[in-house]
Formats: sequence, C-alpha cells, structure tokens
Amino acid sequence: MAYGPHTNEDRARMLAAIGVESVDDLFADIPPSLRASKLELASPESEAELTVRLRGLASRNRVDLASFLGAGAYRHFTPAVVDQLLLRGEFYTAYTPYQPEISQGTLQTIYEYQSLMAELTGLDVVSASHYDGAAATAEAALMSCRATRRERVLVDRGVHPHYRETLCTYFGGASLVAEEIPLVAEGPAAGTTDLAVLERMLADADRPVAGVVVANPSFLGLLEPMAEVGRLAHAAGALFVAVVEPVSLAVLATPGDYGADIASGEGQSLGLPLSYGGPYLGILACREALVRGIPGRLVGMTTDVDGRRAFVMTLRAREQDIRRDKASSNICTNQALCALAAAMYLAALGPHGLRDVAALGAARAGELESALAAVGAPRLHPGPYLNEFAVRVPAAPAVHARLIERGILAGLPLARVLPDEPSLADALLVCATEVTTPDEIAAFAAALGDELAGAAGRGAAGREAAGREAAR
Amino acid sequence: MTPSESPARDRLGPTLFERSRPGRGGGKVPHPPKDALSRIPADLLRAEGPHLPEVSEPELTRHYVNLSKLNYSVDSGFYPLGSCTMKYNPKIDEWAARLAGFSELHPFAPDDLAQGTLQLLWELETALAEIGGMKAVTLQPAAGAQGELTGILMVRAYHRGRGDMVRSEVLVPDSAHGTNPATASMAGFRTISIPSAPDGGVDVEAFRSALGPRTAAVMITNPSTLGLFESRLCELLDAIHEAGALAYMDGANLNAIMGRFKPGDAGFDVMHFNTHKTFSTPHGGGGPGAGPVGVGEKLLPFLPTPRVLREPDGRFRLEAVGERSTSIGRVRAFTGNTGILVRAYAYIRAHGDSGLREVSDDAVLAANYLKSRLAGVVDVPFSRPCMHEFVASSVSLKAETGIRTLDVAKRLIDYGFHPPTIYFPLTVEEALLIEPTETESLETLDAFVEAMARIVEEAHSSPDLLHSAPHYSPVRRLDETTAARQPNLRWRAMTGSQTPCPE
Repeated sequence: MAYGPHTNEDRARMLAAIGVESVDDLFADIPPSLRASKLELASPESEAELTVRLRGLASRNRVDLASFLGAGAYRHFTPAVVDQLLLRGEFYTAYTPYQPEISQGTLQTIYEYQSLMAELTGLDVVSASHYDGAAATAEAALMSCRATRRERVLVDRGVHPHYRETLCTYFGGASLVAEEIPLVAEGPAAGTTDLAVLERMLADADRPVAGVVVANPSFLGLLEPMAEVGRLAHAAGALFVAVVEPVSLAVLATPGDYGADIASGEGQSLGLPLSYGGPYLGILACREALVRGIPGRLVGMTTDVDGRRAFVMTLRAREQDIRRDKASSNICTNQALCALAAAMYLAALGPHGLRDVAALGAARAGELESALAAVGAPRLHPGPYLNEFAVRVPAAPAVHARLIERGILAGLPLARVLPDEPSLADALLVCATEVTTPDEIAAFAAALGDELAGAAGRGAAGREAAGREAAR
Repeated sequence: MTPSESPARDRLGPTLFERSRPGRGGGKVPHPPKDALSRIPADLLRAEGPHLPEVSEPELTRHYVNLSKLNYSVDSGFYPLGSCTMKYNPKIDEWAARLAGFSELHPFAPDDLAQGTLQLLWELETALAEIGGMKAVTLQPAAGAQGELTGILMVRAYHRGRGDMVRSEVLVPDSAHGTNPATASMAGFRTISIPSAPDGGVDVEAFRSALGPRTAAVMITNPSTLGLFESRLCELLDAIHEAGALAYMDGANLNAIMGRFKPGDAGFDVMHFNTHKTFSTPHGGGGPGAGPVGVGEKLLPFLPTPRVLREPDGRFRLEAVGERSTSIGRVRAFTGNTGILVRAYAYIRAHGDSGLREVSDDAVLAANYLKSRLAGVVDVPFSRPCMHEFVASSVSLKAETGIRTLDVAKRLIDYGFHPPTIYFPLTVEEALLIEPTETESLETLDAFVEAMARIVEEAHSSPDLLHSAPHYSPVRRLDETTAARQPNLRWRAMTGSQTPCPE
C-alpha cells in the first residue's frame, strides 16, 4: 500500500496477538448478504505515474488568458512567504484544537485571525470561519431570525446570485421566508438596492422582518447606500446584514461604520488561490451583543494554571457536539487553514500594503472603464464602484466566446448567471485588481473594439439584406 | 528566562499585534497613483485605515514557525483521535493541488477552459459512487456536516415531491455525532433519539416503536461511533423502507469498510463521505474538508446544482442555471472545495482498487491489535472484533484511584502522544475512543500501549502527577471558565493586553 508501514510479518504478528487466522475474521459482523462486490476502480498507481497523470489534467485547464473575471472570486498577488508557511505540517496536519495544551499554535492564529477581521469589519466578534461567502451569508440570515424571533428576511438582488440561492436552500429547510429587494431600474441609482421598495416591504406589520441583507460592493460592483439601508432596517426592528469583500474594507466604510449588526463575506481575496471555487473562507462577524447567537467556533484568550497567557475555544455551549439538536448550527469542520492563510496574507501586506492592493485595483479599474468606453462598451450603471463594473456589449455571450480565442477572458456574461434579468442580457461584468496590467487592458480594449466594429459591419450587412428581402 | 524552563515553553511568543512597529514591512505590491480613489465619494470611504500589524518578513516567518511548534500534528506524532481518522497526509497531494492549472482556474471559467478539472471531478464522482455503491455523487458540500444537511434536504424534497407532507421526524441513535441531530434541526425536522442495546448496536425494539408514518429518515453511522459494525443492519434497513422512510448513512467511519461493504448496494439511500477522514485530505487545524454526498435512484433528481456532466463526445460541462428544476438548489457558491477534491482524487488514484481495500483491512487490523493489547490495561467494554476504532474506558481506574479519563488523556500528552477522543460517544462512561489508522507502525502502536500501562501504574502510585498533567506541554490546563464568562475574542489595539506579553 502506498503509505502504510506494515510488512507481512507485522500483519502476522498482529493477527497472532488478536488470536484470529486472517483479517477476514475481523469482518465477521458484516452480514454475508451485505458483503461488497469487488471494487471496480483502476489499479494502484506509483507516485511517478500519478505525477504524470495530475500534470496532464492540470494542463488541460487553460489559465494563460488575460483575465478580467471576478464575480465573487478574485485574482490577487500572494506573497511567497504565505504558502511557504502554510506548508508547515504542524499547521495543516493538526486537527481542531480540542486539546488546547498542545494546540496553542492553531489557537493563537485563530485568535489573531478574529482580531484582524474585527479590524477590517469594525465588528468585535468574528467566528473562526465558515465554508464560504454563500454559506456564511445563509448563516447570517438564520442568525437574524433566531435573534429577532422573526421568520422573514429581505435579500437584495445585488447580493451574489449563488449566495441568494444558497440562502434559499438553507431557508427551505427551516421553513423561513426569504424575499428579494429589487434593484433600481434607471437613473443615477440604477443597479443599486431600491430603498423605496425596501421601505414598503419593511412596513408590513403583519410580516415583521428579521434581517435585511445587502452587499457592498454589490455583485454588479456598485457601492450601495449602506447607511440608509441600516437606518431603514433598524427602524423596523430588523437586523442589518452586510455582505462584504475584505480587501475593499481597507478603503471602504466598514459594517461597523454604517451600523451593520452582522457582516458576512468571502475571504478568498485574502491570499487564497482561485482553485475553481474552493477551499475559500466564509467570514462571519457580529456586534458584541449577538455573541451568544453566532454559529461556528470562537477562540478566546485566557490563562493556564501557572498564569501564562493562552488561548482556548470558548462559548462552546452554542455548538453541535454539546447542544446537539439545539445547537446554533450543525457546523463542525470549517475552513481553519484558509483563515490562517488570510491572517498570514494580512500580516505580510500590513495596513499600507492592503490599502495599496485595494487602491491600485480601483485605479486599474478606472483605466479599464475608460479604455472600454472608448471602444464602444460603456458602463451599464452610473453609480460609484471600486474595482468591478458591468459594461454594455451587444450579444455579450457570443463576444465573450470570441474574445477567448484572442486570449482574453472578458469577465462574466451576466446572462449566464442571471438569465431572469433582461436588463443584463447584453452585459459583461469585468474587474481589475492590482495584478491587472496596462498591457492587458489595452489588449482587451483593442480586441473588444475589433469585435464590436466587426459586429457593427455584420449588423449593417444583415440589415441591408433584410431590407432587400422586405422590398421584394 | 531561567534554565529550569523547558525548551517548549520558551516558544510561547507575542501576538502579531505586539510584534508590530510602525514602518516595518512593505515591498509586496506597487503603490497606486495618489488619486486612485478620488472618483469615490468620501462618505463611502473609511475614515481611518484598519489597525493591522506592521511586521517584517523575517519576524513574520519566525512568528508562524514558532507558533507551529506549539501544535501537535500527524506529521509530528501518533494522533489516535477516534472518529477523526488522523492518518498520514501524502505530500504529493499538496503538490498536486498547487499545480497552476488547478490553483489558478477561476470558478466562472467557461467549461472549455476547465476540461482538466471537470474531468477530475467527474472521475472522482464516479470513483466515490463505486466505493459507496451509490448511483451518483455531488462534490459540492464543503464538509461532512454540510453533506448531512444536503442529504437530509434531499430527503425532505423527496417526500414532498410524493405529496407526503407529514414526515417531520428524523431518527438518530444516541451514540451519533452531534452533527446528526443538529442537521435534522437545520433541515426542519425533529430529532428522535434511539437508545443503544447492551451490545452497542441499535436497540431494535426501541427503534421499531419510534419508526412510523412521521419518520422521514433514519441516520445511521456505520460502523457506529463505538467502532462496531451494525450487525442487525438488514433488519433495520428493511424496517426503514417498510415504513416509507429513507436510510441515511453517516460515512464518518468509512475508513473501516472500503471494499468490504458498499452502503448503497446494501440498501442505504443516501450517504456522505468525509474526504478529510477516509481520503486523507489534511484536517488543517479544523478544516477545510469536503463532504461529498452519494445517492441512490430515489434521490437522484434532487442533487444540488450544478452537477458535472459528461457529453456523448467526451467533453465535460457544468449544468446551466435552471437546467434541472427538481434540484434542492445550491448549498454553497461555485462547485465545491475543489482544491481538496484534487487531493482526494490523487489519494484514490494512488491506492486504486486493491489499495483502498488494504487501507481498510490494515486500519481494522491495527485497531484490533491495539484493542487486544490494551484489554489488560484499561476497560474495553465491547469484546467482539472492532472495526477501525474501539472504545476503552477508565471506569475501573476511576473507582480504584479517582483518576478520570481526562487525567489519562492529559498525561498521554506528557508521553508524547495526542490523546484519543474522550467522553465520546456519550453512551459509554469515561470513554476513550481510539482510532490508530492504517498508517501507524507496529512500533508506534506498541509504544502507545506501554505509555498507557505506565500511566495506569502512575494512577495508583502517584495520582497527583496525573491530576496536574500535562507537565511538559507549552501550556498547562487552562482556565476555561473565565474564558467563557469574560470572553476576550479579539486583540484591542488601543487598550493593549489584558495579560502581559510572555516576552
């Protein structure tokens, strides 16, 4: 066996000590009628063969394009020191720190992660981690229901569609109600949450609202009127859940600043690789008053019997292994190593480095906006954004496909994930970060310009042909 | 520092925040133009930057290297933590997940750009379906508990789809992991706890009287958390299906039975896998894991979206939005903890058909060996052959010496071992749940037995040594009461430390 230490002699010694003839005797409890047929799997592979196979599969993916794709998962530069330190087996081959005397490394790093994330969010309580931004947002919404003893949550359509779908799945189980707040259709606030509709939804006294969930920046990259949302939610006795992106919190107003009670979000942008969707980092934070209702592990500072400072998992009466069917969530395994990576990333960059990442992304995005507008792809919404925005491109999915052949991954055709939103049918969601180069922006603009000019030519030719047809 | 302090203790160090000095660090990313944020209204920006620490790269490296040394890990020693399957994590799996083709692939990359990963995921689903005897597998859940939720939500959708709205209960044996009842609650069901019989199996009489037209599903951990195969399984599965309920298998203990028992073929309707247990993806200090779910015919329509599909021409693609209306929906963003699934795939490929069966055979052999050697040292309540783990107990030791399981566990730390799982399952007093796994050598197993024997001697000769253990760990027993009564959950830059920095 690939990683087992036992020689046949070892096995014989163990069988003799147990007092059985063969290992088959140890499986006598399996009823004969239930014994398995042979495993139909490939034969074992040596490490050398496996290496070739894995390299081959990895090379079938294409990651060489100039990418403007974000939409909830972002390309960033990660300092080399982060992955080097993550490869310490003492971190990644340890279990959950249930024995604190020999887990102070993991425990202190979680405490530090909680502290760093508290600084970013402006909220004092941060859970040790959740699965991803979607699951953390669903847990935040459930938390608002428990805290208010109400059953109805309002979710803005500017929240990532995967988060909204996940929230609906979780709510379906709990028989809770999630309703969507529409986006403003036109005008200066187009694409952001519709405050007038929100106010009307909150006014329904027979169906009181537990929580209002709004993302900043939104899925469309727009900055939302968070302070106003918070005032409306609180006036109706609801909690305010802010869905955030942590790099942006180096420069944007924080959930603490605009009065959010709970913040959730995706921590992938803090040094975690894209890895086709995971493992990522679910961020969940709340005000101190809600600490006993937050799901997931918490680490606190304490002392040992000799008075030494030490760290330990605490407020455990919220968790499934203690409270069983009365627990605040069923979460057990979380994303601890991803939280460690995020903490290392923040420490490696420091406050100025993180601000530079956010601001340089914003600067590159501004350049991208100008370059795309110049070739006939203007922004779809007029409001402020940080580093991601939607542009109007006729026949966006087809143009997107043709740009791949030119080496450009032109963001996300919004019709692919929001087919029920007609205003987004001809739109690409594009983003820039600190790793986006001016050359890539120029190449994208040039290729898109060609496509749009070509399409205009084809469109004009098509109209002429149709005109001749009609005249006949 | 005094010479009497042990070297391990010297490594306790300051927090990142205490190491911070203004002006340290930098040089990682270029500076943006000064007007980078000028197009954003000032009231949307934060007034003051976050108080993140400023540390140089050498200090950062020492900070984390020294913290890592305070941890016990599989890479440093024997970790017989029952129900957690702390086996060796192969290094090639770490290498594979970091290949740029895998790690730099965006989750919204069009299918044409993602054929390598999609093929890997499809092959992994196929292999897991074969191992579990299931029709199909979803790789989306991020952990075992999320797999449980996915499975039970599919059960709910199945019953509702048949117009059966009255099934509001999930039956769970009292020896189950806490995630089972917590999952049932999250999915909107009431948990009915079923007592265990004296032989450790499910009490069939109690089970039959709880089962009825309100039962939606029965969650069975098999082998059980006592490390025993559920010997009356045929009877249980028949009764479940006669009652119109579905059978859920908690696959936490799958490491015992690969190639010996296929849950789906035996009659289970749904199960979850823990890749971080059975397929040796690292535990990471608490995660990330992955919790794939296998289903039989009945639950096939309800699998989460998107599924990975293979076209007749051999290309792979993800299901489109809205393509399958019967799905329970998503349980997370994107397609899953893909980086973890790459590791699990590599592990399954390395072992293949014969290797996986050998994994289970050796895991069960090692557990039975350890059990037979410990039988004269501590109580071993169940004498029949165990699977990959077994329960020991300090009940006799406690009666004779006052020494509890907690003390034994803490003293094991002084002997250089990670303690077994303690006080679980809840059905055995003073329980020690011991799982050696297949990757520990005979020498290691023997050394553990020797340590246990010496601890039992110490319990009689010098019990105070055990009451106050551990003595040689970086810190000793902690004040957990104060931690919970006056929670300090974050560093406060402005107020400084409540307790002094160890430096």
